Amino acid sequence: MTTEVGSEPEVKKEPEKSPEEQEAEQQTNPSESAPNGDAEPQPAPDNAENAEAEPAPSDPLSTPSPDGQKKEKGISRFLPPWLKRQKSNSQAEPRDGHAPTDTPTQPPTQEELEDGQEEEGPKGEGTAVQPTGGAQEVQSGEEESPVANAETQPVKQKEGEEWAPESGVPSALKLGKKMKITVCHVTLLDGTQFPCEVEKRAKGQYLFSKVCEHLNLLEKDYFGLSFKDNTDQRCWLDPTKEIKHQIHNSQWQFAFSVKFYPPDPSQLTEDITRYLLCLQLRQDISLGRLPCSFVTHALLGSYTLQAELGDYDPDQHRSDYIAQFHFAPTQTKELEVKLAELHKSHKGMTPAQADIQFLENAKKLSMYGVDLHHAKDSEGVDIMLGVCANGLLIYKDRLRINRFAWPKILKISYKRCNFYIKIRPGETEQFESTVGFKLPNHRAAKRIWKVCVEHHTFFRLTSPEQPVKSKFLTLGSRFRYSGRTQAQTRQASALIHRSPPDFQRTSSKRSARSLDGAPVVSVSDHTHPLVSTHAAGPGENGRDSALELYSDSKREPRVQGENIYVRHSKLMLEDLDKTQEEVLRHQASVSELKRSFMEAAPEPRPDQWDKRLTGSPATSLHLQAHGKSPTRLESALSDSRDISKSTEDDQSSGLNGQPEVIEVVEETVVIEEVVRVARPQSSAPETAATEPALEGKDEGSASSDSESEEEAEYHPQLSGSAHLIREDPEEEEQEVGLNQEAPPAALKPCIIREDVTDEAAATAANMAEPADAQQQEGEVLVIPEKAPNGHTHDSEAPPTLFDEEEEPSFVNGDVSHVEGEHAPQVICCSEPPVVKTEMVTISDTFSAQKAEITTKEVPIVHTETKTITYEAAQLDGSGDVEPGVLMTAHTITSESLCTTTTTHITKTLKGGLSETRIEKRIVITGDSDIDHDQALAQAIKEAKEQHPDMSVTRVVVHKETDLAEEDE
Amino acid sequence: MAGFGNFTHAIVRAIPGSFATGALRTENLEEVDPNRALREKKAYVAVLRELGLEVLELPADESMPDCVFVEDCAVVCGDTALLTRPGAPSRRGEVEEMKTALTNLSLNVVEMTDETATLDGGDVLFTGAEFFVGLSKRTNQRGAEILADTFKDYAVSTVPVSHGLHLKSFCSMAGPGLIAIGSSQTAQRALKTMQQLSDHKYDKLTVPDDAAANCVYINMPGKGHILLHVTPEQFPESAKVFEKLKDYTLIPVSNLENVKVDGALSCCLVLANKLARV
Repeated sequence: MTTEVGSEPEVKKEPEKSPEEQEAEQQTNPSESAPNGDAEPQPAPDNAENAEAEPAPSDPLSTPSPDGQKKEKGISRFLPPWLKRQKSNSQAEPRDGHAPTDTPTQPPTQEELEDGQEEEGPKGEGTAVQPTGGAQEVQSGEEESPVANAETQPVKQKEGEEWAPESGVPSALKLGKKMKITVCHVTLLDGTQFPCEVEKRAKGQYLFSKVCEHLNLLEKDYFGLSFKDNTDQRCWLDPTKEIKHQIHNSQWQFAFSVKFYPPDPSQLTEDITRYLLCLQLRQDISLGRLPCSFVTHALLGSYTLQAELGDYDPDQHRSDYIAQFHFAPTQTKELEVKLAELHKSHKGMTPAQADIQFLENAKKLSMYGVDLHHAKDSEGVDIMLGVCANGLLIYKDRLRINRFAWPKILKISYKRCNFYIKIRPGETEQFESTVGFKLPNHRAAKRIWKVCVEHHTFFRLTSPEQPVKSKFLTLGSRFRYSGRTQAQTRQASALIHRSPPDFQRTSSKRSARSLDGAPVVSVSDHTHPLVSTHAAGPGENGRDSALELYSDSKREPRVQGENIYVRHSKLMLEDLDKTQEEVLRHQASVSELKRSFMEAAPEPRPDQWDKRLTGSPATSLHLQAHGKSPTRLESALSDSRDISKSTEDDQSSGLNGQPEVIEVVEETVVIEEVVRVARPQSSAPETAATEPALEGKDEGSASSDSESEEEAEYHPQLSGSAHLIREDPEEEEQEVGLNQEAPPAALKPCIIREDVTDEAAATAANMAEPADAQQQEGEVLVIPEKAPNGHTHDSEAPPTLFDEEEEPSFVNGDVSHVEGEHAPQVICCSEPPVVKTEMVTISDTFSAQKAEITTKEVPIVHTETKTITYEAAQLDGSGDVEPGVLMTAHTITSESLCTTTTTHITKTLKGGLSETRIEKRIVITGDSDIDHDQALAQAIKEAKEQHPDMSVTRVVVHKETDLAEEDE
Repeated sequence: MAGFGNFTHAIVRAIPGSFATGALRTENLEEVDPNRALREKKAYVAVLRELGLEVLELPADESMPDCVFVEDCAVVCGDTALLTRPGAPSRRGEVEEMKTALTNLSLNVVEMTDETATLDGGDVLFTGAEFFVGLSKRTNQRGAEILADTFKDYAVSTVPVSHGLHLKSFCSMAGPGLIAIGSSQTAQRALKTMQQLSDHKYDKLTVPDDAAANCVYINMPGKGHILLHVTPEQFPESAKVFEKLKDYTLIPVSNLENVKVDGALSCCLVLANKLARV
C-alpha cells in the first residue's frame, strides 16, 4: 500500500488509516469507511480527558460541531444515526433534560429504551459528543498530530458536559438516518449498576468516560470496561472502537474493572482510586481469583472491616457482624474469629489508611495483577499464561514454570490459535527463540496477545507507541494500546489538584444489604499522604526493578541491528566460520528451552485457579448468546483485506514462528518482476511484499494459511516511537542504544523518533533511476554504498545514545565507521533490537514502505539475517491504493545444486489493466566456499533472461547466517 | 521480606544408632564415624541454643536411620507447617514425630495426603518472597503443587535438579535476598532458572564447593545476621567466601560426617517462629 500522506484529499485518507481502522472498517460498509482518520489522533481523547476536571468551555461547543458536520457529508460513517433523527422529535422523554451526570438517577424507564431505542428522539446530550469529536478528529488527523491539540481539547472536554445545545443542530437532520440510543448497564465495582445511555455508535471511550465521571474518578487509566462475549469470555472494551462492533449481539452489559493493577498502589494519587482498587481486589479475593492464605484472608478482611465499619465497637459489632461480609471463597468461623481479632487491632485507622494497608498486603500476593489464560504448551500440556506488569508468567497447575520479563521478549504475535513470543537470547544462548503456545481458539489467542500488548505498553513504556500508520502492509491486527501508560498516568495524577472527592464506601456485604444501609464515609477529611510527585518514575514500582537479576551477566559483545551498510560485495563473507558444532549447540539450546516448559506433568486438575481466568470478572453480567457464531465475532474484528493483499499476507505469514534455520549460510534473493500491460501509472498493486515469501521454504505449513486476519504481531522492543521505562542497569546496557530510552521524566512521546520511511525516501531521492536491466545489476553492487551517504546528514539521533554498543565482531572493517552512528536509526524503528538484521532500502518514496515490510518481517529466529532491498524507482503512480483483483497466482519451485528457486506469479486485474508480477525467490544455501555474490549475480541475470519483457522492480537480498560464537 | 530469618524454635532429632550404616546416600564415600557424628551433632545443637533458639530435640527412631535430617519432613513458613511426604519410602515414617512437634508449637499443620506426591524439605528454598522447589529424585511436581496450595500467598516455582540430591544440596539463603550458590554446573544452572523465574532481585554468594553453599541463616532479635556455615577445615576456599560477609555473626559448624550421607547443615533443622503472626 502506498502512502502519499499529505497530498491526498482529506476524504481519501485510507493510506493513513491505521489497521485498527481498517479492521473497524471492515465492519461497516464501504461508504462509511472514509472518515477513519480518527483513529490516528487517538491519543487525543485520552489526553483531553485530563482536562475533565477543569471547567470546560461550553461556548465553543457550537463551533466545532458544524465543522464536523460538514466533513461528515462525505463520510456518512461519522454520522450518528440519531443525529438525523433529531427532528423527528417523536418522543420527548423526560430524560432529555438530564445531564449525563444524572444518568445514575435516571428513571427505570430506561429498560424500555433498549427495546425502543430507535424511537428515542432528541436525545442529544451525551451521544452528540461522539460525532463532533469524531469530526474533530478527522481534522486533527489531517495534521497528523496524534496528540491532543488545542482544537481537540475543548471538544473532548465537552464530552462530559451536557449536550443539550447539540440536540438542536439542524444539520443533523438532513442526514436522514435514524438516531439510535441504547442503554448500557455497567456493573460497578461496588456491585451497583450504572445505566448509561449511549448512542448506538458510540465508542468505548465514551461509555468509559461516562462511567469514570459517574465515579468521580480521575486516575482512570488503570481501569477498563469489560464485557462477556458470546462464549462467556471476558473481553476488554476497546475505547477506540464502536461499542456495538465489539459486543455484537451481546447485551449492552459491562463491568467496570481494574485492567492494570498498579504494582505499587501507594503511588496512586487519590484515595478514591485506591478505594476502587480495593473493591476490585476484594472481589478477586472473595471469588478465589486471587488466592491467599488464611492469614492473609484474615488480615485483608480486617482492613476491609476497618475501612467500611470504622473502629471495632463491641456494642455495635456483635459476634456475627462479620458473617454478613464475604471475604473468602470459603469463609470459616475460624476466619471470622481471626478477622474480628485483627479488626480490633486496627483501632484509630481511617478508612483511607485501612485501604492503603489492605493494598500494601494484597500487592505482595504472587498472583496480584496476573491475568491468567488457559493454554497448552507445544506438547499439548495444559498450562496457564499469566500476563502481569513485569511480563509473561507460565504456570503449570499452580506452579510457575517459566517467566519472561518484558525485556526478554522481542516479539509477541499470534496466528490462529497460536500465541508466540520471541525471546531474546540469554547469556548462554546465541539465538533468539520463539516459544509458541496453543490457545483454545483464535479469539483466545488474540485476546492474550492484546492483553500482552497493552500490559507491555502500559507498564514498560513511558508513552504508547505511535499509532501505526499503514505505511506498510502488515498482517493482522494493528491493535495497539492507545491509552496512557502508567508513567503518563502517574505524571498526570501528580497534577490533580482537586480536593479529595467525597465518596461513599459501600459495604462489602452488598449482597446482604442495600446501598442505603451502607456506612457513609467521607474521605474528604483524609489527607493525601501519598500524592505522587514522582514524575514518570520508571522502574520505581518495585517490581520493575526486580526484573533481570544478577548483574554478573556480561552482555554479549553483540551489536544489534548494526552494520547496515555492509557492502554487498562483502555481504556473505564475514562470518562463515560457523561449525556444525555451533549449529548443534544452537539446536540444543532450543530444545533445552523447550524442555523447560515441559516438566513431566501429573494430572491436570481443575482447581480454584480456573476461577481466576479472564473470563470471570464480569460475574454479574448475564449475557445471552444471540445465536451468533463465534466466528462472526472474529471476522468482524479482523482486518479487512482485499483479495490480492491477503494473498501476500498468506505468503508472508510464513514468517511467524520461523523455525530454526540450520543452514550455515543462507542467502536468499528475491527478484520481483513486474510486467505492466497497462500504462505505467496504473501502478502495481501492493503485491510487493516479497520478503515474507522468503521464509516459505522453512515454514511451508504456516504460509499456506489463508486466514491472514488471524494473526498479528507486536514488537515490544521496537520503540522508535515509544520509550521504554528504565530498567535495571544491565538491561539498560543492552537496550539503551537501541531503544533510545528517554530520560524517565521525559514523557513526550518520541522525541528522537526516526522514521524509516522518511529516511528511505530521502535516500531514494538521491538515487538515480535504475529502471533498466543493466542498471539493476549495477545497483545491486553499487547502491548500497551510496546509501550511507543518504543517511549521513541525518543526525536526528544523538550518537551518544549508542555509546554502549560494541563493535560487532563480524562486520567487515570497511563499513564499521558508519554503523555506530547510523545503523540504529534505521533499524530501531522497525526491528527488535537484538535481531541481527541488516537492511538497506533503496527505493522510491512509496516502495520504501514496502521495504519496511521487509525489515518488519525479517527476524529469523536463531540466525543472523541481513536484508538488502533494491527497488526500482519507477514504481506505481503511488496514489493508487486499489489493489485490483487477483486473477491468478501460482508458484513454481525448482532446485539446482545450491540454489532453490521459487517463482511466484500473480496476475492482477486492476481497472481493466492486467498486471503480471513474478516473484522469484532464490535460496542459495551453502557455506563459505560458495561465492554468494557470484551466485546472486547469476541468479539475477538468469531471471532477467527468462523474462526479457519484464522489468526488475525490486531485489531483496536476505542473508541468514548463524550467529558467531559469542562469549557470555 | 522483613522478618526473614526470625525464628524462635528449632526442631532437631537425635541420631539413631543405625545412622552410620543405614542412612541413605547417593555416593559411596567413606564410612560414617558414628562418634564424630554425635559430637558434631552436639556442637550443632549447642550453637542453636547459644543463639537463643528454643531447641526441641526429638527422640531418635532406630528404624529410621535418616531421621536426623528433619528438614525433609516439614516446611514451615509463617504460621503454617506443611508435613511432607518424603521421596524415599523408607523415610515417610519420620513425619509422624515432626507432626507432633509442630502441632505442639500450635502451628497450622497441613499434611500431604496425596499418595502420588513426594516432597523433601531439602528441595524447598524459601527466599522470604517466594518458594523454589527443586524437582529432584525425591520431589515431584505434585508435591510442589501441594506446597503451592499450602502457601498460597507466595509464588512457587519449580527448578529441575538434575544432579545431586536436593535443591538445597547446592544452595540456600545466606541472608535476606542473598542466595548462597555452589559453583558446579548444576548449581549455576539452577540459579539461572531461579533468576529467570523470579520477579525479585536476589544477590548471590558463590562458593566453590556445592556442599558449602548450604548454610543456615538466622536473624535473632538483638543479634542481627547470624550464619552457620562450613568450616575452613572442611571447605577452605568456600569458608573464605563466607568470611567476607560484613555485619554477620559467622559460626563455622563442622559437618564432616553428615556430608558423607548427603547431609548438609540445614538438613538437621526445622526452624519455626511461634510468634509468626501477620
